[in-house]
Amino acid sequence: MSVLASIDPELRLAFGGILALLVVASLVVAVLRRRPLSQKARATVEDSAARIRAWWMMAVVFAVSVALGKIVSVVLFGILSFLALREFVTLTPTIRADHATLLWTFWVLTPLQYVLVGIGWYGMFTIFIPVYAFLFVPIRTALVGDPERFLERTSKIQWGLMVAVYCVSHAPALLLLELRDFHGQNAKPLLFLVVVVQSSDVFQYLWGKTLGKHKIAPAISPNKTWEGFLGGVATATALGSGLAWLTPFTHLQAAGMALLVCLLGFAGGLTMSAIKRDRGVKDFGAILVGHGGILDRIDSLCFSAPVFFHLCRYFWNAG
Amino acid sequence: MTGLGTGHPLAPMLAGSVRLLCGGSSRWVGVTPEPVQRIYCANHTSHLDALVIWAALPPQVRARTRPVAAADYWRGGLRQWLATKVFRAILLERGTNEADPAARRARAIAAVERTAAAMGEDSVILFPEGTRGSGGSMGPFKSGVYHLWRLRPQAQVVPVHLHNLGRVLPKGEFAPVPLLASVTLGPPLALAPDCSCETFLSELRMAIEGLGAV
Repeated sequence: MSVLASIDPELRLAFGGILALLVVASLVVAVLRRRPLSQKARATVEDSAARIRAWWMMAVVFAVSVALGKIVSVVLFGILSFLALREFVTLTPTIRADHATLLWTFWVLTPLQYVLVGIGWYGMFTIFIPVYAFLFVPIRTALVGDPERFLERTSKIQWGLMVAVYCVSHAPALLLLELRDFHGQNAKPLLFLVVVVQSSDVFQYLWGKTLGKHKIAPAISPNKTWEGFLGGVATATALGSGLAWLTPFTHLQAAGMALLVCLLGFAGGLTMSAIKRDRGVKDFGAILVGHGGILDRIDSLCFSAPVFFHLCRYFWNAG
Repeated sequence: MTGLGTGHPLAPMLAGSVRLLCGGSSRWVGVTPEPVQRIYCANHTSHLDALVIWAALPPQVRARTRPVAAADYWRGGLRQWLATKVFRAILLERGTNEADPAARRARAIAAVERTAAAMGEDSVILFPEGTRGSGGSMGPFKSGVYHLWRLRPQAQVVPVHLHNLGRVLPKGEFAPVPLLASVTLGPPLALAPDCSCETFLSELRMAIEGLGAV
C-alpha cells in the first residue's frame, strides 16, 4: 500500500474515478446483456461491451506504465504501434516486391522510432519518420525493381508508418517532456489526453443516438452526424476544462486544448473510416475474425497525440 | 511411440512464437481438435505453412501430429534440429528434376510409403499441391495424398485453408514480415472407401477453397 501512497494524489484521484466509472459501465452492460433485446439494441450493447473491454485494457496498460516507469511505457506503446502497423499493412495490398521494405519497416524503423522517443532525442524523433523513413521507403522499394503500382504501394506503407508509428509514439513522448512547474507528473497530461479523446468519442456517439439527424459524410461513416459531433465535442471540451487540475493548464487553456484534441480525434476517426471504406472493410477488427481491431480503438488518439505533444512542448516547456 | 506426452519441451515456446508472429488466428469450423488420426491437407504458399498449422493445434494433438516438410529447406544446424526434434517433421526430398516419368513415379510411391511408415498412429500435415503456389489460386493437386489415404483409410482427411502466409514469408524470402495470417480447419471429408483419385482430389480441393470463403 505504500506504493499507492507514493503515487501523485491527483493521479490517484483521477485514476480511481476512471476505475469507478469503468466498473459501473461494465455492470450496466452485464445487466443489459441478460435482458431480452431487439437485434439493433443487442448490437449496440455488444459494441459498447467491446469498447469497455478496450478501455479496461488501456487502464491496465496505463497503470502498469505508471507503476513501472517511463521506459516500460515507451516499450508498451511500441508494442501497440507494432500491432496497429500490422493491422494496417495486412489491409494494404502490398506485393512480393514490398517484402524487403516491410522487413525494414517492422523490424528496424518502428523500434528505432521508439528508441529515439525513449532517449528523449526530440530533434530526431519528430523528423525520423516524416523525413528519413519517408525517403528510405521508396528507395528500398525502387531497388527491388518492380514498377507495378509503385507510387501507390510506397505511399501506403508511408501512411502506415505515419499513423501507426509516428503518431502513436507521441503519446509516450509526453512522458519524457520537461514541463514548466510540473516536474515528474507527466502521466497526468497523458491521462488527460486519453480521457478527453475517448470521452469525446462516447459523447459524440450518445449525442448522435439521441439527436442525430444531419449526416456529415454518410458514404464514409454512416453514424457521424452534425448533432452528434457538435454536442459531443462541446461536452468533451467542458469535461476537459473540468480536468484542468490534471495538467499545467488553466481552465481556459484546458478547454482550448480539449477542443483541439476533440476536433483532431474526430478527424482521425473520419479519416481512418475513409481508408477502411476504400479497402472495403467496416472495421480493422473485421479483417480476421476474433482480432481486436486495435486501430479501431486508437484512431482518434493517433491524430490528436502529435499535436497535443507539440503544443505542450511549445507553450509549457521548461527552460 | 511412447513417452511423447505433450511433446518436446520447447514446442510450446515455438508454437507460441509462431502464433505471435502471424497473429494467432485459427478457426475450427464444423470440426473440433480430437486425439484421432488425421491427415490435414492445406494450400501451400510458404515454408511457414506446416509450422503454422502445427502451432494452431492444441498441445496434446500437436504432440501426435507430424508435418511433412521439404528436406532440402530444413537442412543444416538449427533448422534441421527444429524440424526433426521439436516439431518432428517427416522430411522428404523434393525430386523435381527427374526426367524419366517411371523414375519419378517410383520416387513418388517411395515417398508415400515412407510417409505412411513414419506416420504410424500419428496424424500428418501435408500439402497436396506438392510445391508452394505463388499466392494466387491453388496449383493442381498431386495424387500422393490419395495414395497415402489408401494406405491409412482410418485416418480422417481434414481440409485446412491458410490465408496470407504467402505474404508473411513469400517463396524465396528469408525473413518473415509479421502480418495477420489465419488458419481455418474444416470438417473431415466424407469419402466412400473405394472412391477414385479424381473424386478424392476434387472433393479435397472444393473443401479447401470453400474454407477460404468462410
